[in-house]
Amino acid sequence: MKYIDEYRDPVKVKALLDEIAGTITRPWVLMEICGGQTHAFLHHGLDDMLPKELELVHGPGCPVCVTPLEQIDRAIAIASRPDVIFTSYGDMLRVPGSSVNLFAIRAKGGDVRVVYSPLEAVDLAANSPDKQVVFFAIGFETTAPPNAMAVLQARQRGLNNFSVLVSHVRVPPAMEALLSSKTNRVQAFLAAGHVCAVMGYHEYPTIAEKYHIPIVVTGFEPVDLLRGVLSAVRQLEAGKAEVENAYERAVTFNGNQPAQQTIQTIFMSVDSKWRGIGVIPMSGWGLRPEFAHLDAETRFAVGEIITQESPLCIAGEILQGLKKPLQCSAYGKQCTPQTPLGAPMVSAEGACSAYYRYHR
Amino acid sequence: MCLGIPGKITEIYERNAFQMGKIDFGGVIKEVCLAYVPEAKVGDYALIHVGFAISLMDEDEAMETLKLIKEVVDFGEELGEQ
Repeated sequence: MKYIDEYRDPVKVKALLDEIAGTITRPWVLMEICGGQTHAFLHHGLDDMLPKELELVHGPGCPVCVTPLEQIDRAIAIASRPDVIFTSYGDMLRVPGSSVNLFAIRAKGGDVRVVYSPLEAVDLAANSPDKQVVFFAIGFETTAPPNAMAVLQARQRGLNNFSVLVSHVRVPPAMEALLSSKTNRVQAFLAAGHVCAVMGYHEYPTIAEKYHIPIVVTGFEPVDLLRGVLSAVRQLEAGKAEVENAYERAVTFNGNQPAQQTIQTIFMSVDSKWRGIGVIPMSGWGLRPEFAHLDAETRFAVGEIITQESPLCIAGEILQGLKKPLQCSAYGKQCTPQTPLGAPMVSAEGACSAYYRYHR
Repeated sequence: MCLGIPGKITEIYERNAFQMGKIDFGGVIKEVCLAYVPEAKVGDYALIHVGFAISLMDEDEAMETLKLIKEVVDFGEELGEQ
């Protein structure tokens, strides 16, 4: 497949690994923000092939992991209603709420459906006029344009039975929160390539300068990942703190303008709570007041939500790169992908599930 | 969730007043929304995420990247031969 195969070429991978090994002279801590990249590093075994001086820590870029527990409990309460068809990206169904997950609601007879695209949920609403269709609009900047388009289409098609339960977060405020923490260990970032495909990377130079940290926009194939690592290591060794784009075929400085305009039409910046991390100021997107009638949170008053996290789960420390999955006492024992205590063991982008799946 | 896969646009049309299209992922054909890549043409490659094209792949930039990597490969081989 074009734009994939040539970035999996073992000869190029080996040459880049050699170049990284030849460049690095001392220990560095590098964070890949995106959970998809965490999985790619482990899936291809690149973490084992990189020089020992380089420590990869895994970032909070797992949308399923950081969706707050309150919102999952709220989703479960809404999905339990007999008049509702609850739709979601597949990963969310197994994420543990305070007591059960969305799969359990489906097993009890709730109408919970997985959709590939949010537009499927809009079509479902058009075809199910006697039901309320709710879409769980979660994610980072990559899913925001599709989710925003679903809201826009529902309004344009005059669908009164469609609403969204929103939990949207953004990468740059999380990077700043990590960097300004006293416990921060991160010395360079691989910025999430697909987030940047939408948003560009014009927000990063001020972060790179303020915290003196290299930021390299990075793709997802082995050659892309290693190019990102090489650029970051070269900068670290040279004492530089610049923003580089190592995913040029998909990312431009200003990103996708039509997508950003639609996001701005539907959403506005809000303070957002990140599961395991806490509230980060202006780190999320909420519906603008003119779209409030499409907000499932107000359409379905579910009463007070009292949350209960597993006392064993250290997801917060994992998501901030402070601990690795293997440092968790529950990892592989009480907590497995079949019996997850926390979201990072569930998601295809969660660090714990990556370690478990690839036998670390 | 932020996974994106490149695919080739084989058809462009309108549905519900939005630009849609068919994408070929190495033989698997899917319908996607092309509203965010209004400049797209049949034959272009787009990065697809949850049923939406979020960017068009830039052929020139891809060639440039592969050239840069080739330099690293060639340099490594030269060192190996010495």
